Amino acid sequence: MQGWNVARARMTSASASPIAKRCRRSGRLHLTGAARTTVSAVATCVLQAAHALAADGPVNAIPNMFAPVSPPAEGIRSLSFLVMAIAAGIFVTVTAVLFWCVWRYRARSDDEHEPPQVYGSNQIEWSWTIVPVLIVLVLFLATARTINELQASDVPPEALRVTIVGHQWWWEIKYPDLGVVTANELHLPVSRDGARRPTYLHLESADVIHSFWLPQLSGKTDVVPNRRNLMWMEPNQTGVFLGQCAEYCGTQHAKMLLRAIVHEPAEFDGWVAAQKKPAAVVDTVAAGRAVFQSTACINCHTVDGTNANGRFGPDLTHLMSRTTIGSGAAANTPENLRAWIDSPDHFKPGVLMPAMKLDDGDLDELTAYLLTLK
Amino acid sequence: MTVLEEGIARPHAPERASAWEVVHDWVTTVDHKKLGVMYISSALVFFLIAGFEATLMRIQLAVPNNDFLPPNTFNRLFTMHGTTMVFLVGMPMFFGFANYLTPLMIGARDLAFPRMNAFGFWLFLFGGILLYFSFLGGDGLYGAGTAPDVGWFAYAPLTGKAFSRGNSTDYWILGILVSGFGSTGTALNLAATILTMRCPGMTWGKLPLFVWLMLVNCLLTLIILTPLTAAQVMLLFDRYLGAHFFDTQAGGSAVLWQHFFWFFGHPEVYVLILPAFAMANEIVPVFSRKPLFGYPFMVGATVLIGFISLSVWAHHMFVVGLSPAANTFFTLSTMAIAVPTGIKIFNWLGTMWGGKIRFKMPMLWCTAFLFSFVIAGLTGVMLAVVPWDWQLSDSYFVVAHFHFVLIGGLLFNIFAAIYYWFPKVTGRMLDEKLGRLHFWIFATGFYLTFTTMHFPGLLGMPRRIYTYEAGRGWDTLNLITSLGVAVQLVGLTFFLWNVVRSLLKGDPAGDDPWDAWTLEWSTTSPPPEYNFEQIPVVHSRRPLWDLKHPEDPDWRYE
Ligand code: HEC
Ligand SMILES: [Cu+2]
Repeated sequence: MQGWNVARARMTSASASPIAKRCRRSGRLHLTGAARTTVSAVATCVLQAAHALAADGPVNAIPNMFAPVSPPAEGIRSLSFLVMAIAAGIFVTVTAVLFWCVWRYRARSDDEHEPPQVYGSNQIEWSWTIVPVLIVLVLFLATARTINELQASDVPPEALRVTIVGHQWWWEIKYPDLGVVTANELHLPVSRDGARRPTYLHLESADVIHSFWLPQLSGKTDVVPNRRNLMWMEPNQTGVFLGQCAEYCGTQHAKMLLRAIVHEPAEFDGWVAAQKKPAAVVDTVAAGRAVFQSTACINCHTVDGTNANGRFGPDLTHLMSRTTIGSGAAANTPENLRAWIDSPDHFKPGVLMPAMKLDDGDLDELTAYLLTLK
Repeated sequence: MTVLEEGIARPHAPERASAWEVVHDWVTTVDHKKLGVMYISSALVFFLIAGFEATLMRIQLAVPNNDFLPPNTFNRLFTMHGTTMVFLVGMPMFFGFANYLTPLMIGARDLAFPRMNAFGFWLFLFGGILLYFSFLGGDGLYGAGTAPDVGWFAYAPLTGKAFSRGNSTDYWILGILVSGFGSTGTALNLAATILTMRCPGMTWGKLPLFVWLMLVNCLLTLIILTPLTAAQVMLLFDRYLGAHFFDTQAGGSAVLWQHFFWFFGHPEVYVLILPAFAMANEIVPVFSRKPLFGYPFMVGATVLIGFISLSVWAHHMFVVGLSPAANTFFTLSTMAIAVPTGIKIFNWLGTMWGGKIRFKMPMLWCTAFLFSFVIAGLTGVMLAVVPWDWQLSDSYFVVAHFHFVLIGGLLFNIFAAIYYWFPKVTGRMLDEKLGRLHFWIFATGFYLTFTTMHFPGLLGMPRRIYTYEAGRGWDTLNLITSLGVAVQLVGLTFFLWNVVRSLLKGDPAGDDPWDAWTLEWSTTSPPPEYNFEQIPVVHSRRPLWDLKHPEDPDWRYE
């Protein structure tokens, strides 16, 4: 549907233009003349920009915990292999005995005699008590060791620090040391031997409990109101990795998706520099900006350098640098953006952004304005 | 021994009563057998309702981006499904079987407090109906009405006034609270009965294991319902009296609720599964034609499970950010409980070993239970491995795991128990042919659904999502999972048909159709109101074996 597929196609296709064409042909886009040219021009730029941004790696569509790219997830996988090996051994042994009993000791129809009555045996009992105790001991020691290795405690000085704030139903992402605020898409530098760049995440919640989960990067950690949890990751591969909220948090828990975009260090610095710029001011969309600044948008959203400083919804200063909107509910395309503002419920029923009931003209202007927020 | 023979010889004289008399009789009864049957039948009705809710959810999840159900409806369905299955199916099944069988097995005429027993049942039923009334009354007078949508463990602060307006959460609180009062009474009642009303000769070492497990279960119930009730009352205070226990916006603690809830919730899992073990303890020996292997170890393992289960609750909270020390402690206690559980499985296998196993319906289900429970236990150990749980927690892997416990473990044994004791309760046998259809079809559907369900979890699919995007590697797996549900429904139809048909024209059962050994088989089927004309006297764990084999009685060896 509107979400990942389109986004993925865009990220992986050799050229962005077929998608741009599709956007222009799409029936849902009703734009007036001037706005239309602006929108399509902007759209093409944006798509190309997005493509360039993502050029450093493919989207890993399957958030497979057995395909880790970061030490915490790798440590978990190694431990899980040990556990699975032991479990497989137990499973095979016990079910073999079970099937043997079923096969060997089933009653034959002609046999009316009772079998020998055996009441138990202390030796046997103790041995099948002690063996499991030993197995448990092994598992426990391995687990305890891995807990100590993997559970984040202090933040090393070279770490990139990120604050994640869970909201119903989107993620606020802040880089306090860099002065960057964004949403739903976590940008990280890749970490290499010799140039280690671990990322430490402080998890906070604005409302209810959420859970931050990017299976290929790390296990999940709950995002609990009135509490600051810590987790870490250190991706050793560039690319886009998917995840989502894992603790039921109300109506739209299902569409509280997450993506991590892991960059080469230089690219990451470029991304940071772009994010630190104030919002673009493009004269051709002054009308749209006026619509934005005169409606309730500004109570919920921030656009740096304008009177919009709401904190209830995602920061829109660099909206167009994101590949999705609505926490992954839809790909960030011009027609989706317009449809989102017209009726967020269409993509995400129950969402906490109200439909603003703008008329078509205002919607077009507003969309054109938002498309300039790169 | 003569006493027992007289018990067997007693005829049962049926009389025709008017419909009104029948209803009046059931509503006013304080007979443990009738109450037992009412518990089990109400549980079956709730089971069908909750199964229907699950079916709707699986239709929604069969394909990606489905819009069969809107998000809120889906959220209500999983809340009601979970709450119903735990509190209105699992618990009353436990109380139903315990009610019916405990006095018969210990040679008593009723529970210690028969009226309190009836009171407990009606409280449970009222609580259940109150919960379901939320579909009409949940939003109060001004809304259309909705069921709770906070999940069966109702995490704070989603349950606070700020996030849950209307009354749907109140229905969840009050429905469970009320039925919890009933459970407390009944657990107390059963424990008192077992402690004081065993027939002459039935010492602790000769108590049927079924009854032993029920005793442990009752004590466990009494201990754990307290924190749940307390937490629910605190939540009501938060919602209506301006308290802030769990109100995070006013400095309350979300994690506190989790401690309270799981201090109840984890042992609750054992409260649900111990009755299944209890049933297997009776059925596996009878159909293997051998006494239960290692009785004292089985008792010890049960008591140990009871104790350890009180110290593992935080394994539901490995992802809330406990300290490494706490995580380490709870991984140890959780793994430790695998040992007594393993001992039980080994002893059942030991019982089958060297026996002459008759694969009648009850034994078929018990065998399938053993197989499923090995898997459930092993996935449980995987979840106990804290770092791995950071991945698995709240994913579909967990959902698959506990359905292996609760269906493959509990429900399979409930089916076994129904096939086993139906003849005692009704005087008629369930049909074997329909039974086999039920077994093979249902078990196939179960494995199809729940084996498959582990894998989307491993691929990052969280639980409780009403929809998912295509292309995550979850599509086919979810489709298979949903198809399995259809297969299970077909199997279930054969079961219901079997019950109805056999009630009307099943083969007469006689007193002791399985050639079994515990006291309930010494009286008529169905037993008279007073159970035994004369209170029996026992000399071993298998009084009827002694009776049938005077040349080689058990008490020589025990
Ligand atoms: C009542 C507060 C509120 C108002 C008013 C509001 N929004 Fe939003 N908006 C939100 C919330 C909350 C979200 C996040 C929704 C989600 O993902 O669940 C959001 C999301 C968005 C997004 C997607 C951002 C992203 O990166 O995912 C855009 C674009 C947006 N709003 C634009 C607007 C515009 C334009 C207006 C004015 C016409 C507006 N909003 C008015 C609360 C509001
Ligand atoms: Cu969430």
